[in-house]
Amino acid sequence: MTSPVTTDPEAGNQESSALAAGLRGLRLPIIAVFLAAVVGGILLLISGDNPFSVYAAIVDESFLSGSGIGRTLEKATPLVLGGLAVAFAFKAGLFNIGGQGQLLLGAAFAAWIGYSIGLPTVIHIPFAMAVGGLVAALLGAIVGALKAYRGAHEVITTIMFNFVAGNLTDYLVSRDGPWNDPEGGAIARTPRLQDSAIIPTWGEIPMGFFFACFFAVLAWWLLNKTTFGFEIITTGANKHAAKYAGINVNRIIILTMAISAFLAGVGGAVQSQGVFGRFEASNNTGLGFDGITIALLARTNPIAVIPAAVLIGGLNASTTRLQQDFRIEPEVVSILQALILFFVAAPSVVRYIVRWKGLDDAEDIQLTGGWGS
Amino acid sequence: MKDVKPVTLFFAVVALVLAVISYQWDGRQTEAVVSRAVVEAGPLLLGALCGLLCERSGVINIGIEGTMLMSAFAGFFIASYSGTVWLGLLGGLAMSAIVGLFLAWTSITLRQDQIIAGTIINIFALGFTSFYYIQGRTMPGVPSVSIPFLEDLPFVGPMLFSHGILTFSAMFLVVVVHLFLYRTRWGLRTRAIGEHPSAADTVGVNIISLRYRNVILASMLGGLAGLHLLQSASSFQRGMTNGKGFIALAVMLFGRYRPFGAMGAALLFGFLGGLQAQLQFKGALDIPPQFFGMIPYLLTIIVLAAAGLAARPPAAAGTPYEGA
Repeated sequence: MTSPVTTDPEAGNQESSALAAGLRGLRLPIIAVFLAAVVGGILLLISGDNPFSVYAAIVDESFLSGSGIGRTLEKATPLVLGGLAVAFAFKAGLFNIGGQGQLLLGAAFAAWIGYSIGLPTVIHIPFAMAVGGLVAALLGAIVGALKAYRGAHEVITTIMFNFVAGNLTDYLVSRDGPWNDPEGGAIARTPRLQDSAIIPTWGEIPMGFFFACFFAVLAWWLLNKTTFGFEIITTGANKHAAKYAGINVNRIIILTMAISAFLAGVGGAVQSQGVFGRFEASNNTGLGFDGITIALLARTNPIAVIPAAVLIGGLNASTTRLQQDFRIEPEVVSILQALILFFVAAPSVVRYIVRWKGLDDAEDIQLTGGWGS
Repeated sequence: MKDVKPVTLFFAVVALVLAVISYQWDGRQTEAVVSRAVVEAGPLLLGALCGLLCERSGVINIGIEGTMLMSAFAGFFIASYSGTVWLGLLGGLAMSAIVGLFLAWTSITLRQDQIIAGTIINIFALGFTSFYYIQGRTMPGVPSVSIPFLEDLPFVGPMLFSHGILTFSAMFLVVVVHLFLYRTRWGLRTRAIGEHPSAADTVGVNIISLRYRNVILASMLGGLAGLHLLQSASSFQRGMTNGKGFIALAVMLFGRYRPFGAMGAALLFGFLGGLQAQLQFKGALDIPPQFFGMIPYLLTIIVLAAAGLAARPPAAAGTPYEGA
């Protein structure tokens, strides 16, 4: 995705070479997904299933029918935002693996605004989303500040905040908590959101998906077309050089973490407002970690996050069918994801297995770079 | 004793005096808290030793969580199907060695981003162990060590000898790792390849091979941490590590990459855990359980913020060796 197109002297037509570069960038993720499917297939064989019929069922269930595509896009919506959160942080050399906690906060606070106050729809929907996102952003800013001023590594702090946010939201909707639904009985959840806060669907297609795509474009624009984005990418490439160039690195770290967490929080808000109509903790498990796979599958390009999220969303949408038809546990999706993550994060393995000449120019992308970064 | 700083000694003595006073005041409850502290500290300590040994060799390991989960999984099901707890422990160790081999291969040979490598281990382990999990099985318990006379001592006896062999071995391994790191040629070389690999290379140390060996060995310590969780829970549960692998990393940092430092930090975490459990059990504090649940994680964040800048990681940690 980041191939040096413009420096290629033989590029006669810039537009078509950009397309070619885009297609070339696609090869590595596609091969990675294929290799993951092969290894995953072997694991399925071990547990006694026919991998071909399992994969056929996944495609059939998630991508071939109108209602299936609607369900896939519904699942993909929070994943686009979760993937963006991870990809955005990577640009500054930060690894946000706390998407899960940020998403929970966003989902819970958006639900709170959604059920507790009455507003006209045009204000209520964005207001609830914004509150959800901003509470998460506050958490992200704390993580960023701890990193910038105290050197506390974000990989550990964000994971720890996942557990803190999980407990906090659990408490808020529990029977003793302030946001509990009295009609919920034993189920810990908020009351149903008012209709004015619910994100509508357009036929089978959830409108939340377009919000998510809008944020993807916004993130791309911010990173590639603004000074702020340039400062983020410079900080990610070399913190010391960035400081020397007069960039306030601490400010960039805090703001990047806040924006990253904001995106994850909006992902949670969309879950509450667009899918479930209320907040219930168990509805959101695991989504934060999917974002890591998606961001790397997209090679941290915000626009490419959209198709990557649709792919993983499709996998997630098929778990019910897999359980019914094959008695396969839904966790098979996590295994496939870890395999995709492995192949996409280790281009050298892919190059070793698939010895195509052109793959050599698939650039390694800037990711975390260790404790000191 | 020359490796032990006066400050450390001071805090150790203060802690001991407080414990004795508390024991005189209420023996049964003190024993309950201290005993629980040691049990809770065990996995954190073993996990921290795993991280410490990896980083001292120049490899960042954030896959401790996944390593623990994989070894607890293997340990439980092997012990359960064979009916022999020892086979289970061996199986768990073998599984963690495989995980270690994977981490070594990706981070040393493939020179992949090490933090991503650890994340892959964590995600894979959670998926794998949940996918192949079978409900409703049991395993034989882990036996405890018994050393005549020592186990009858008040305080120390129940602390070390009433919880199964892994709690004892956690404390024992601290000493082993310390002696290994600071008193042997292997240890000197390990520290060298973590700080300045090209210098070590110049004097003939085989960096790749030593890093491989150390990462695999360290991962087996991480495996012991998982088996220790299994010893306390006596059955495998999905996601039973609950972030302990990451808390172990904080313990490692707080202990400034030193075995005895890690022990002090782990015991502090364990003590607060034991205190919390006792207070909650007695109903002394009227606080929703979720807030109790947050404590270890908030504590980890505070510890990281406090220790973050002071703990200097080994210079080469996270950097693959490209050759001199």
